[in-house]
Amino acid sequence: MDLKQLYQDIILEHGKSPRNFGICNEYTHEAKGHNPLCGDQVEVYLKLNKESKVENLTFKGSGCAISIASTSIMTELVKGKSIEKAKKLVVDFLNMIKNGTIIKSDELDEDQKTKMMSLSGVKQYPMRVKCATLAWHTLTSAMEGNKEKVNTEVLD
Amino acid sequence: MDINSIRSQFPILSKKINGKQLVYLDSSNSSQKPLNVLNSLDYFYKNEFSNIGRSIHSLAVNATNKFEETRISVKNFINANSKEEIIFTKNATESINLIATTFGQMSIKKGDEILITELEHHSNYVPWHYLRETRGAIIKFAPINDDGDIIIEKFKELITSKTKIIAVTHLSNVTGTIVPIKEIVEIARKKNIPVLVDGCQSAPHIKIDVKDLDCDFYAISCHKVYGPTGVGILYAKKKWLEKLPPYNGGGGMISEVNKNQITYAPLPEKYEAGTMPTAEVVAFNESIKFMQSIGIDNIIKHENELTNYTLEKLKKINSVNIVGNPRNKAGVISFTIKGIHPHDISTIVDEEGVAIRAGHHCCQILHKRLNLNATARASIGVYNTKEDIDVLCDAIKNCRKIFELK
Ligand SMILES: Cc1ncc(COP(=O)(O)O)c(C=O)c1O
Repeated sequence: MDLKQLYQDIILEHGKSPRNFGICNEYTHEAKGHNPLCGDQVEVYLKLNKESKVENLTFKGSGCAISIASTSIMTELVKGKSIEKAKKLVVDFLNMIKNGTIIKSDELDEDQKTKMMSLSGVKQYPMRVKCATLAWHTLTSAMEGNKEKVNTEVLD
Repeated sequence: MDINSIRSQFPILSKKINGKQLVYLDSSNSSQKPLNVLNSLDYFYKNEFSNIGRSIHSLAVNATNKFEETRISVKNFINANSKEEIIFTKNATESINLIATTFGQMSIKKGDEILITELEHHSNYVPWHYLRETRGAIIKFAPINDDGDIIIEKFKELITSKTKIIAVTHLSNVTGTIVPIKEIVEIARKKNIPVLVDGCQSAPHIKIDVKDLDCDFYAISCHKVYGPTGVGILYAKKKWLEKLPPYNGGGGMISEVNKNQITYAPLPEKYEAGTMPTAEVVAFNESIKFMQSIGIDNIIKHENELTNYTLEKLKKINSVNIVGNPRNKAGVISFTIKGIHPHDISTIVDEEGVAIRAGHHCCQILHKRLNLNATARASIGVYNTKEDIDVLCDAIKNCRKIFELK
Protein backbone atom coordinates (compact mmCIF):
# COMPACT_ATOMS: atom_id res chain seq x y z
CA MET A 1 0.00 0.00 0.00
CA ASP A 2 1.15 3.46 -0.75
CA LEU A 3 -0.43 6.63 0.55
CA LYS A 4 0.72 8.54 -2.52
CA GLN A 5 -1.43 6.23 -4.63
CA LEU A 6 -4.42 7.13 -2.50
CA TYR A 7 -3.76 10.79 -1.95
CA GLN A 8 -2.71 11.84 -5.41
CA ASP A 9 -2.33 15.56 -5.98
CA ILE A 10 -5.41 15.66 -8.13
CA ILE A 11 -7.49 14.16 -5.30
CA LEU A 12 -6.08 16.52 -2.68
CA GLU A 13 -6.72 19.43 -5.00
CA HIS A 14 -10.34 18.48 -5.72
CA GLY A 15 -10.81 17.67 -2.04
CA LYS A 16 -9.72 21.16 -1.11
CA SER A 17 -11.47 23.06 -3.90
CA PRO A 18 -14.35 21.00 -5.18
CA ARG A 19 -15.89 21.91 -8.53
CA ASN A 20 -19.61 22.36 -9.08
CA PHE A 21 -20.29 22.81 -5.40
CA GLY A 22 -23.73 24.13 -4.52
CA ILE A 23 -27.30 23.80 -5.74
CA CYS A 24 -27.73 24.48 -9.45
CA ASN A 25 -30.62 26.47 -10.86
CA GLU A 26 -33.62 24.65 -12.25
CA TYR A 27 -32.40 21.20 -11.35
CA THR A 28 -34.78 18.46 -12.48
CA HIS A 29 -33.46 15.61 -10.35
CA GLU A 30 -31.98 15.39 -6.89
CA ALA A 31 -30.96 12.67 -4.46
CA LYS A 32 -29.41 12.40 -1.04
CA GLY A 33 -26.88 9.85 0.09
CA HIS A 34 -25.05 9.05 3.26
CA ASN A 35 -22.45 6.72 4.56
CA PRO A 36 -23.71 5.83 8.04
CA LEU A 37 -20.39 4.35 9.08
CA CYS A 38 -18.48 7.59 8.80
CA GLY A 39 -21.21 10.19 8.60
CA ASP A 40 -20.41 11.39 5.08
CA GLN A 41 -23.37 13.18 3.49
CA VAL A 42 -23.94 14.16 -0.10
CA GLU A 43 -26.77 15.79 -2.06
CA VAL A 44 -26.66 15.66 -5.83
CA TYR A 45 -28.53 18.14 -8.08
CA LEU A 46 -28.98 17.24 -11.70
CA LYS A 47 -30.43 19.26 -14.54
CA LEU A 48 -31.49 17.20 -17.53
CA ASN A 49 -32.54 19.03 -20.70
CA LYS A 50 -35.19 17.98 -23.21
CA GLU A 51 -32.77 15.69 -25.04
CA SER A 52 -32.03 13.87 -21.76
CA LYS A 53 -28.58 15.35 -21.61
CA VAL A 54 -26.93 16.34 -18.32
CA GLU A 55 -26.91 20.10 -18.64
CA ASN A 56 -25.73 20.70 -15.12
CA LEU A 57 -24.64 18.60 -12.17
CA THR A 58 -23.74 20.02 -8.77
CA PHE A 59 -23.48 18.76 -5.21
CA LYS A 60 -23.46 19.70 -1.59
CA GLY A 61 -22.12 17.70 1.26
CA SER A 62 -19.44 16.97 3.76
CA GLY A 63 -16.93 14.20 3.91
CA CYS A 64 -13.33 13.16 3.66
CA ALA A 65 -10.94 14.16 0.90
CA ILE A 66 -11.69 10.97 -1.02
CA SER A 67 -15.44 11.43 -1.00
CA ILE A 68 -15.36 15.14 -1.86
CA ALA A 69 -12.81 14.60 -4.64
CA SER A 70 -14.74 11.67 -6.04
CA THR A 71 -17.92 13.74 -6.12
CA SER A 72 -16.20 16.75 -7.63
CA ILE A 73 -14.54 14.66 -10.34
CA MET A 74 -17.81 12.92 -11.04
CA THR A 75 -19.62 16.20 -11.68
CA GLU A 76 -16.91 17.23 -14.13
CA LEU A 77 -16.94 13.96 -16.03
CA VAL A 78 -20.68 13.51 -16.22
CA LYS A 79 -21.65 17.03 -17.19
CA GLY A 80 -22.59 17.24 -20.86
CA LYS A 81 -23.19 13.49 -21.25
CA SER A 82 -26.46 11.90 -22.24
CA ILE A 83 -28.19 10.04 -19.46
CA GLU A 84 -27.34 6.64 -21.03
CA LYS A 85 -23.68 7.57 -21.20
CA ALA A 86 -23.76 8.92 -17.68
CA LYS A 87 -25.15 5.62 -16.45
CA LYS A 88 -22.38 3.79 -18.31
CA LEU A 89 -19.76 5.97 -16.65
CA VAL A 90 -21.14 5.08 -13.23
CA VAL A 91 -20.83 1.38 -14.09
CA ASP A 92 -17.27 1.90 -15.36
CA PHE A 93 -16.33 3.81 -12.23
CA LEU A 94 -17.73 1.19 -9.87
CA ASN A 95 -15.98 -1.56 -11.83
CA MET A 96 -12.72 0.30 -11.54
CA ILE A 97 -13.05 0.83 -7.78
CA LYS A 98 -14.23 -2.66 -6.96
CA ASN A 99 -12.58 -4.86 -9.57
CA GLY A 100 -9.69 -2.74 -10.73
CA THR A 101 -11.03 -2.63 -14.29
CA ILE A 102 -9.16 -0.15 -16.49
CA ILE A 103 -11.28 2.70 -17.87
CA LYS A 104 -11.61 2.29 -21.63
CA SER A 105 -14.68 4.43 -22.24
CA ASP A 106 -14.81 6.22 -25.61
CA GLU A 107 -16.74 8.94 -23.88
CA LEU A 108 -13.72 10.27 -22.04
CA ASP A 109 -10.60 11.89 -23.42
CA GLU A 110 -7.18 10.98 -21.98
CA ASP A 111 -7.25 13.78 -19.43
CA GLN A 112 -10.62 12.74 -18.17
CA LYS A 113 -9.57 9.10 -17.97
CA THR A 114 -6.55 10.10 -15.89
CA LYS A 115 -8.85 12.03 -13.60
CA MET A 116 -11.13 9.07 -13.13
CA MET A 117 -8.20 6.68 -12.69
CA SER A 118 -6.74 8.91 -9.99
CA LEU A 119 -9.37 7.41 -7.70
CA SER A 120 -8.39 3.82 -8.48
CA GLY A 121 -5.93 3.72 -5.55
CA VAL A 122 -8.94 3.47 -3.26
CA LYS A 123 -9.28 -0.19 -4.18
CA GLN A 124 -6.25 -0.90 -1.98
CA TYR A 125 -8.08 0.55 1.01
CA PRO A 126 -11.27 -1.50 1.45
CA MET A 127 -12.48 0.66 4.32
CA ARG A 128 -12.43 3.69 2.04
CA VAL A 129 -14.21 2.27 -0.99
CA LYS A 130 -17.55 3.59 0.23
CA CYS A 131 -16.12 7.08 0.52
CA ALA A 132 -15.44 7.01 -3.21
CA THR A 133 -18.64 5.31 -4.35
CA LEU A 134 -21.18 7.32 -2.33
CA ALA A 135 -21.56 10.14 -4.87
CA TRP A 136 -21.84 7.79 -7.83
CA HIS A 137 -24.54 5.71 -6.17
CA THR A 138 -26.33 8.92 -5.29
CA LEU A 139 -26.12 10.11 -8.90
CA THR A 140 -27.72 6.83 -10.02
CA SER A 141 -30.46 7.39 -7.50
CA ALA A 142 -31.06 10.90 -8.85
CA MET A 143 -31.16 9.70 -12.44
CA GLU A 144 -33.62 6.97 -11.55
CA GLY A 145 -35.77 9.34 -9.52
CA ASN A 146 -35.47 7.35 -6.29
CA LYS A 147 -36.86 9.09 -3.26
CA GLU A 148 -35.07 7.08 -0.62
CA LYS A 149 -31.75 8.26 0.74
CA VAL A 150 -28.84 6.24 -0.61
CA ASN A 151 -27.10 4.19 2.07
CA THR A 152 -23.66 2.83 1.22
CA GLU A 153 -24.04 0.12 3.86
CA VAL A 154 -26.85 -1.42 1.83
CA LEU A 155 -25.27 -0.93 -1.58
CA ASP A 156 -21.63 -1.91 -1.47
CA MET B 1 4.01 0.30 37.93
CA ASP B 2 6.25 -1.56 35.49
CA ILE B 3 5.00 -0.61 32.05
CA ASN B 4 7.33 -3.00 30.25
CA SER B 5 6.09 -5.93 32.22
CA ILE B 6 2.50 -4.86 31.50
CA ARG B 7 3.19 -4.51 27.80
CA SER B 8 4.87 -7.90 27.67
CA GLN B 9 1.57 -9.43 28.76
CA PHE B 10 -0.09 -8.27 25.52
CA PRO B 11 1.25 -10.35 22.62
CA ILE B 12 -0.55 -8.22 20.04
CA LEU B 13 1.46 -5.13 21.00
CA SER B 14 4.57 -6.60 19.41
CA LYS B 15 2.82 -7.08 16.06
CA LYS B 16 3.69 -5.03 13.00
CA ILE B 17 0.99 -3.20 11.08
CA ASN B 18 1.89 -2.01 7.59
CA GLY B 19 5.48 -2.83 8.46
CA LYS B 20 5.42 -0.59 11.53
CA GLN B 21 5.19 -1.38 15.21
CA LEU B 22 1.53 -1.37 16.24
CA VAL B 23 0.53 1.65 18.33
CA TYR B 24 -2.89 0.77 19.66
CA LEU B 25 -4.90 3.84 20.60
CA ASP B 26 -8.40 2.44 20.16
CA SER B 27 -9.03 0.95 23.59
CA SER B 28 -12.32 2.82 24.02
CA ASN B 29 -13.56 0.81 21.11
CA SER B 30 -12.22 -2.40 22.58
CA SER B 31 -9.18 -3.12 24.70
CA GLN B 32 -6.52 -5.69 23.89
CA LYS B 33 -6.33 -8.83 26.01
CA PRO B 34 -3.51 -9.87 28.35
CA LEU B 35 -1.98 -13.35 28.29
CA ASN B 36 -3.66 -14.61 31.43
CA VAL B 37 -7.04 -14.00 29.79
CA LEU B 38 -5.98 -15.66 26.54
CA ASN B 39 -4.49 -18.59 28.43
CA SER B 40 -7.62 -18.98 30.48
CA LEU B 41 -9.76 -19.30 27.33
CA ASP B 42 -7.35 -21.85 25.90
CA TYR B 43 -7.00 -23.82 29.14
CA PHE B 44 -10.71 -23.88 29.82
CA TYR B 45 -11.59 -25.20 26.38
CA LYS B 46 -8.80 -27.77 26.44
CA ASN B 47 -9.23 -29.06 29.98
CA GLU B 48 -12.39 -27.90 31.67
CA PHE B 49 -15.08 -27.17 29.15
CA SER B 50 -18.64 -28.13 29.82
CA ASN B 51 -21.95 -26.35 29.77
CA ILE B 52 -22.89 -25.00 33.16
CA GLY B 53 -25.79 -25.36 35.54
CA ARG B 54 -27.40 -28.34 33.87
CA SER B 55 -25.51 -31.61 34.02
CA ILE B 56 -24.27 -33.02 37.30
CA HIS B 57 -21.07 -34.67 36.08
CA SER B 58 -17.76 -33.47 37.46
CA LEU B 59 -16.80 -31.31 34.50
CA ALA B 60 -20.10 -29.48 34.64
CA VAL B 61 -19.82 -28.90 38.36
CA ASN B 62 -16.32 -27.52 38.01
CA ALA B 63 -17.27 -25.28 35.09
CA THR B 64 -20.27 -23.98 37.02
CA ASN B 65 -18.07 -23.20 40.01
CA LYS B 66 -15.59 -21.32 37.84
CA PHE B 67 -18.40 -19.35 36.22
CA GLU B 68 -19.79 -18.40 39.61
CA GLU B 69 -16.34 -17.41 40.84
CA THR B 70 -16.29 -14.69 38.18
CA ARG B 71 -19.65 -13.47 39.42
CA ILE B 72 -18.21 -13.06 42.90
CA SER B 73 -15.13 -11.29 41.50
CA VAL B 74 -17.36 -8.89 39.57
CA LYS B 75 -19.45 -8.25 42.67
CA ASN B 76 -16.28 -7.35 44.57
CA PHE B 77 -14.84 -5.38 41.64
CA ILE B 78 -17.80 -2.99 41.58
CA ASN B 79 -18.67 -3.40 45.27
CA ALA B 80 -22.19 -4.74 44.83
CA ASN B 81 -24.13 -6.07 47.82
CA SER B 82 -24.60 -9.61 46.64
CA LYS B 83 -23.81 -11.88 43.72
CA GLU B 84 -27.53 -12.05 42.89
CA GLU B 85 -27.18 -8.49 41.69
CA ILE B 86 -24.70 -9.45 38.96
CA ILE B 87 -26.27 -10.63 35.68
CA PHE B 88 -24.14 -11.79 32.76
CA THR B 89 -25.25 -10.53 29.37
CA LYS B 90 -23.77 -10.30 25.90
CA ASN B 91 -22.50 -6.72 26.25
CA ALA B 92 -23.44 -3.39 27.82
CA THR B 93 -25.87 -2.81 24.97
CA GLU B 94 -27.80 -5.91 25.98
CA SER B 95 -27.64 -4.90 29.63
CA ILE B 96 -29.27 -1.57 28.82
CA ASN B 97 -31.85 -3.18 26.53
CA LEU B 98 -32.70 -5.61 29.30
CA ILE B 99 -33.56 -2.79 31.68
CA ALA B 100 -35.24 -0.58 29.09
CA THR B 101 -37.47 -3.46 28.01
CA THR B 102 -38.40 -4.88 31.39
CA PHE B 103 -38.64 -1.54 33.15
CA GLY B 104 -40.61 -0.18 30.23
CA GLN B 105 -43.03 -3.10 30.42
CA MET B 106 -43.54 -2.60 34.11
CA SER B 107 -43.52 1.16 34.51
CA ILE B 108 -43.72 3.21 31.32
CA LYS B 109 -47.05 4.55 30.11
CA LYS B 110 -47.89 7.07 27.41
CA GLY B 111 -46.52 10.48 28.30
CA ASP B 112 -44.02 9.20 30.86
CA GLU B 113 -40.59 10.77 30.59
CA ILE B 114 -37.14 9.26 30.29
CA LEU B 115 -34.23 11.60 30.95
CA ILE B 116 -30.93 10.96 29.20
CA THR B 117 -28.13 13.32 28.14
CA GLU B 118 -26.56 14.67 24.97
CA LEU B 119 -23.44 12.64 25.77
CA GLU B 120 -25.05 9.25 25.33
CA HIS B 121 -23.81 6.47 23.08
CA HIS B 122 -26.53 5.12 20.77
CA SER B 123 -26.65 2.10 23.08
CA ASN B 124 -28.04 4.32 25.80
CA TYR B 125 -30.52 6.08 23.54
CA VAL B 126 -31.98 3.62 21.02
CA PRO B 127 -33.30 1.16 23.67
CA TRP B 128 -35.23 4.08 25.23
CA HIS B 129 -36.36 5.20 21.80
CA TYR B 130 -38.12 1.84 21.48
CA LEU B 131 -40.20 2.83 24.49
CA ARG B 132 -41.02 6.07 22.76
CA GLU B 133 -42.24 4.08 19.75
CA THR B 134 -44.02 1.28 21.55
CA ARG B 135 -45.32 2.97 24.69
CA GLY B 136 -45.48 6.65 23.83
CA ALA B 137 -42.72 7.66 26.23
CA ILE B 138 -41.07 11.07 25.92
CA ILE B 139 -37.28 11.26 25.84
CA LYS B 140 -35.59 14.36 27.18
CA PHE B 141 -31.94 15.19 26.61
CA ALA B 142 -30.08 16.97 29.38
CA PRO B 143 -27.86 19.50 27.62
CA ILE B 144 -24.10 19.79 27.86
CA ASN B 145 -21.96 22.91 27.61
CA ASP B 146 -19.24 23.37 25.00
CA ASP B 147 -16.71 21.82 27.37
CA GLY B 148 -18.66 18.58 27.28
CA ASP B 149 -19.96 18.79 30.85
CA ILE B 150 -23.60 18.15 31.69
CA ILE B 151 -25.24 21.37 32.88
CA ILE B 152 -26.53 20.17 36.22
CA GLU B 153 -28.94 23.08 36.70
CA LYS B 154 -30.61 22.30 33.37
CA PHE B 155 -30.59 18.62 34.23
CA LYS B 156 -32.54 19.37 37.42
CA GLU B 157 -35.03 21.50 35.53
CA LEU B 158 -35.79 18.66 33.14
CA ILE B 159 -36.94 16.36 35.93
CA THR B 160 -40.73 16.44 36.31
CA SER B 161 -43.35 14.40 38.11
CA LYS B 162 -43.52 12.30 34.93
CA THR B 163 -39.83 11.35 34.88
CA LYS B 164 -39.74 7.59 35.35
CA ILE B 165 -36.07 6.78 34.84
CA ILE B 166 -32.76 8.55 34.28
CA ALA B 167 -30.08 6.96 32.09
CA VAL B 168 -26.65 8.50 31.86
CA THR B 169 -23.10 7.58 30.93
CA HIS B 170 -20.39 7.51 33.57
CA LEU B 171 -17.66 8.45 31.11
CA SER B 172 -18.14 9.86 27.62
CA ASN B 173 -16.60 7.83 24.81
CA VAL B 174 -16.03 11.05 22.84
CA THR B 175 -15.04 13.85 25.19
CA GLY B 176 -13.76 11.67 28.03
CA THR B 177 -16.03 13.57 30.42
CA ILE B 178 -16.31 11.88 33.80
CA VAL B 179 -19.93 12.50 34.78
CA PRO B 180 -20.69 13.25 38.46
CA ILE B 181 -22.93 10.22 38.91
CA LYS B 182 -23.15 10.58 42.67
CA GLU B 183 -24.53 14.07 42.35
CA ILE B 184 -27.03 12.94 39.73
CA VAL B 185 -28.18 10.01 41.85
CA GLU B 186 -28.65 12.32 44.84
CA ILE B 187 -30.85 14.57 42.74
CA ALA B 188 -32.82 11.57 41.47
CA ARG B 189 -33.19 10.06 44.95
CA LYS B 190 -35.06 13.10 46.19
CA LYS B 191 -37.70 12.40 43.54
CA ASN B 192 -37.51 8.63 43.84
CA ILE B 193 -36.39 8.14 40.25
CA PRO B 194 -34.16 5.16 39.43
CA VAL B 195 -30.84 5.81 37.68
CA LEU B 196 -29.18 3.60 35.09
CA VAL B 197 -25.48 4.21 34.49
CA ASP B 198 -23.74 3.25 31.25
CA GLY B 199 -20.39 2.18 32.67
CA CYS B 200 -18.87 1.01 29.41
CA GLN B 201 -16.00 3.48 29.38
CA SER B 202 -15.62 3.95 33.11
CA ALA B 203 -15.07 0.29 33.98
CA PRO B 204 -11.50 0.11 32.61
CA HIS B 205 -10.50 3.61 33.69
CA ILE B 206 -11.90 4.60 37.08
CA LYS B 207 -12.85 3.00 40.36
CA ILE B 208 -16.43 1.77 40.41
CA ASP B 209 -18.32 1.47 43.64
CA VAL B 210 -22.02 0.95 42.99
CA LYS B 211 -22.82 1.11 46.70
CA ASP B 212 -21.20 4.50 46.98
CA LEU B 213 -22.77 5.74 43.74
CA ASP B 214 -26.11 4.31 44.91
CA CYS B 215 -27.27 3.93 41.30
CA ASP B 216 -29.96 1.38 40.49
CA PHE B 217 -28.43 -0.14 37.37
CA TYR B 218 -24.90 -0.27 35.97
CA ALA B 219 -23.93 -1.67 32.54
CA ILE B 220 -20.46 -2.91 31.53
CA SER B 221 -18.94 -4.51 28.41
CA CYS B 222 -16.16 -6.90 29.39
CA HIS B 223 -14.33 -6.57 26.06
CA LYS B 224 -13.44 -2.99 26.98
CA VAL B 225 -12.08 -4.13 30.35
CA TYR B 226 -9.27 -6.37 29.07
CA GLY B 227 -11.78 -9.21 28.77
CA PRO B 228 -13.16 -11.38 25.99
CA THR B 229 -15.90 -10.34 23.59
CA GLY B 230 -19.36 -11.77 24.09
CA VAL B 231 -19.72 -10.92 27.79
CA GLY B 232 -21.43 -7.99 29.41
CA ILE B 233 -22.50 -7.24 32.94
CA LEU B 234 -25.68 -5.82 34.30
CA TYR B 235 -25.59 -4.73 37.89
CA ALA B 236 -29.02 -4.05 39.33
CA LYS B 237 -30.22 -3.53 42.85
CA LYS B 238 -31.86 -6.72 44.06
CA LYS B 239 -35.18 -5.02 44.72
CA TRP B 240 -35.43 -4.25 40.99
CA LEU B 241 -34.43 -7.67 39.76
CA GLU B 242 -37.02 -9.22 42.04
CA LYS B 243 -39.73 -6.88 40.83
CA LEU B 244 -39.00 -6.59 37.10
CA PRO B 245 -40.41 -9.16 34.67
CA PRO B 246 -37.99 -11.63 33.03
CA TYR B 247 -36.32 -10.71 29.73
CA ASN B 248 -35.24 -13.56 27.45
CA GLY B 249 -37.16 -16.74 27.99
CA GLY B 250 -35.72 -20.22 27.63
CA GLY B 251 -33.64 -22.83 29.35
CA GLY B 252 -31.89 -22.00 32.57
CA MET B 253 -34.19 -19.17 33.63
CA ILE B 254 -37.16 -21.27 34.71
CA SER B 255 -38.03 -23.10 37.87
CA GLU B 256 -41.07 -25.17 36.94
CA VAL B 257 -42.73 -25.49 33.57
CA ASN B 258 -46.32 -26.65 33.08
CA LYS B 259 -48.60 -26.45 30.08
CA ASN B 260 -50.50 -23.59 31.61
CA GLN B 261 -48.03 -22.04 33.96
CA ILE B 262 -44.32 -21.32 34.31
CA THR B 263 -42.38 -20.19 37.33
CA TYR B 264 -39.01 -18.51 37.00
CA ALA B 265 -35.65 -19.33 38.48
CA PRO B 266 -34.35 -17.28 41.40
CA LEU B 267 -31.77 -14.56 40.84
CA PRO B 268 -29.48 -14.26 39.04
CA GLU B 269 -30.52 -17.14 36.72
CA LYS B 270 -33.90 -15.50 36.09
CA TYR B 271 -32.08 -13.19 33.68
CA GLU B 272 -29.64 -15.67 32.15
CA ALA B 273 -31.62 -17.63 29.60
CA GLY B 274 -29.93 -20.08 27.26
CA THR B 275 -26.32 -21.25 27.16
CA MET B 276 -24.01 -18.53 28.40
CA PRO B 277 -20.55 -17.57 27.04
CA THR B 278 -19.05 -19.87 29.61
CA ALA B 279 -15.35 -19.80 28.74
CA GLU B 280 -15.50 -16.04 28.26
CA VAL B 281 -17.11 -15.41 31.64
CA VAL B 282 -14.52 -17.65 33.26
CA ALA B 283 -11.74 -15.78 31.45
CA PHE B 284 -13.10 -12.41 32.56
CA ASN B 285 -12.11 -13.33 36.10
CA GLU B 286 -8.54 -13.13 34.81
CA SER B 287 -9.16 -9.63 33.44
CA ILE B 288 -10.18 -8.47 36.88
CA LYS B 289 -7.11 -10.17 38.36
CA PHE B 290 -4.98 -8.45 35.74
CA MET B 291 -6.29 -5.03 36.74
CA GLN B 292 -5.99 -5.80 40.43
CA SER B 293 -2.43 -7.01 40.00
CA ILE B 294 -1.55 -3.53 38.76
CA GLY B 295 -3.87 -1.77 41.16
CA ILE B 296 -6.68 0.45 39.99
CA ASP B 297 -5.06 3.52 41.59
CA ASN B 298 -1.88 2.89 39.61
CA ILE B 299 -3.89 2.50 36.42
CA ILE B 300 -5.66 5.80 37.06
CA LYS B 301 -2.38 7.58 37.79
CA HIS B 302 -0.66 6.21 34.70
CA GLU B 303 -3.59 7.01 32.41
CA ASN B 304 -4.01 10.51 33.85
CA GLU B 305 -0.37 11.30 33.20
CA LEU B 306 -0.63 9.98 29.70
CA THR B 307 -3.86 11.86 29.03
CA ASN B 308 -2.28 15.13 30.08
CA TYR B 309 0.80 14.38 28.02
CA THR B 310 -1.37 13.65 24.97
CA LEU B 311 -3.41 16.82 25.38
CA GLU B 312 -0.30 18.97 25.73
CA LYS B 313 1.39 17.43 22.71
CA LEU B 314 -1.68 17.59 20.50
CA LYS B 315 -2.35 21.19 21.42
CA LYS B 316 1.13 22.10 20.21
CA ILE B 317 0.33 20.89 16.68
CA ASN B 318 -1.12 23.65 14.54
CA SER B 319 -4.77 23.38 13.59
CA VAL B 320 -5.47 20.49 15.95
CA ASN B 321 -8.62 21.11 17.93
CA ILE B 322 -9.43 18.99 20.99
CA VAL B 323 -13.11 18.16 21.32
CA GLY B 324 -14.42 19.20 24.73
CA ASN B 325 -12.61 20.36 27.82
CA PRO B 326 -14.46 18.70 30.68
CA ARG B 327 -13.73 19.35 34.35
CA ASN B 328 -12.79 15.72 34.90
CA LYS B 329 -11.42 13.83 31.94
CA ALA B 330 -10.17 10.32 31.35
CA GLY B 331 -8.02 8.97 28.51
CA VAL B 332 -10.49 9.43 25.68
CA ILE B 333 -9.23 12.20 23.43
CA SER B 334 -11.21 13.24 20.37
CA PHE B 335 -9.83 15.83 18.03
CA THR B 336 -10.20 17.38 14.62
CA ILE B 337 -7.67 18.95 12.28
CA LYS B 338 -8.77 21.92 10.28
CA GLY B 339 -8.63 20.95 6.61
CA ILE B 340 -8.31 17.20 7.09
CA HIS B 341 -11.26 14.90 7.55
CA PRO B 342 -10.96 12.38 10.43
CA HIS B 343 -11.12 9.47 7.98
CA ASP B 344 -8.15 10.75 6.11
CA ILE B 345 -6.33 11.20 9.41
CA SER B 346 -7.10 7.62 10.40
CA THR B 347 -5.97 6.17 7.06
CA ILE B 348 -2.73 8.13 7.11
CA VAL B 349 -1.76 7.36 10.71
CA ASP B 350 -2.66 3.70 10.11
CA GLU B 351 0.14 3.66 7.57
CA GLU B 352 2.45 4.34 10.52
CA GLY B 353 0.91 1.48 12.50
CA VAL B 354 -1.24 3.79 14.62
CA ALA B 355 -4.77 2.53 15.32
CA ILE B 356 -7.23 5.30 16.17
CA ARG B 357 -10.92 5.62 15.42
CA ALA B 358 -12.61 8.12 13.16
CA GLY B 359 -16.30 8.85 12.77
CA HIS B 360 -19.14 9.71 15.09
CA HIS B 361 -18.29 6.94 17.59
CA CYS B 362 -21.98 5.99 17.88
CA CYS B 363 -22.73 9.46 19.28
CA GLN B 364 -24.55 11.33 16.53
CA ILE B 365 -26.54 13.46 18.99
CA LEU B 366 -23.32 14.66 20.60
CA HIS B 367 -21.64 15.35 17.26
CA LYS B 368 -24.64 17.35 16.08
CA ARG B 369 -24.63 19.27 19.35
CA LEU B 370 -20.95 20.13 18.79
CA ASN B 371 -21.54 20.90 15.08
CA LEU B 372 -19.16 18.19 14.00
CA ASN B 373 -19.71 15.51 11.37
CA ALA B 374 -16.94 13.31 12.59
CA THR B 375 -13.95 13.33 14.91
CA ALA B 376 -10.72 11.38 15.25
CA ARG B 377 -10.26 9.68 18.59
CA ALA B 378 -7.19 8.42 20.38
CA SER B 379 -8.08 6.39 23.44
CA ILE B 380 -5.70 5.12 26.04
CA GLY B 381 -5.27 1.78 27.74
CA VAL B 382 -3.03 0.79 30.64
CA TYR B 383 -0.44 -0.52 28.16
CA ASN B 384 0.08 2.78 26.32
CA THR B 385 3.20 4.88 26.71
CA LYS B 386 4.44 8.37 25.97
CA GLU B 387 6.31 6.87 23.02
CA ASP B 388 2.95 5.75 21.59
CA ILE B 389 1.74 9.33 21.80
CA ASP B 390 4.93 10.58 20.17
CA VAL B 391 4.37 8.22 17.23
CA LEU B 392 0.77 9.43 16.97
CA CYS B 393 1.84 13.06 16.93
CA ASP B 394 4.51 12.42 14.29
CA ALA B 395 1.93 10.61 12.19
CA ILE B 396 -0.43 13.57 12.55
CA LYS B 397 2.35 15.84 11.35
CA ASN B 398 2.61 13.55 8.34
CA CYS B 399 -1.11 14.12 7.66
CA ARG B 400 -0.46 17.82 7.64
CA LYS B 401 2.42 17.32 5.26
CA ILE B 402 0.39 15.24 2.83
CA PHE B 403 -2.37 17.82 2.91
CA GLU B 404 0.21 20.57 2.68
CA LEU B 405 -1.03 22.42 5.72
CA LYS B 406 1.28 25.06 7.03
C1 LIG C 1 -20.30 4.81 26.37
C2 LIG C 1 -20.61 3.52 25.67
N1 LIG C 1 -21.77 2.94 25.86
C3 LIG C 1 -22.11 1.77 25.27
C4 LIG C 1 -21.24 1.15 24.39
C5 LIG C 1 -21.66 -0.12 23.73
O1 LIG C 1 -20.84 -1.17 24.05
P1 LIG C 1 -21.07 -2.60 23.41
O2 LIG C 1 -21.07 -2.40 21.94
O3 LIG C 1 -19.95 -3.41 23.90
O4 LIG C 1 -22.39 -3.08 23.93
C6 LIG C 1 -20.00 1.74 24.15
C7 LIG C 1 -19.05 1.11 23.20
O5 LIG C 1 -18.61 1.66 22.25
C8 LIG C 1 -19.68 2.95 24.79
O6 LIG C 1 -18.51 3.56 24.57
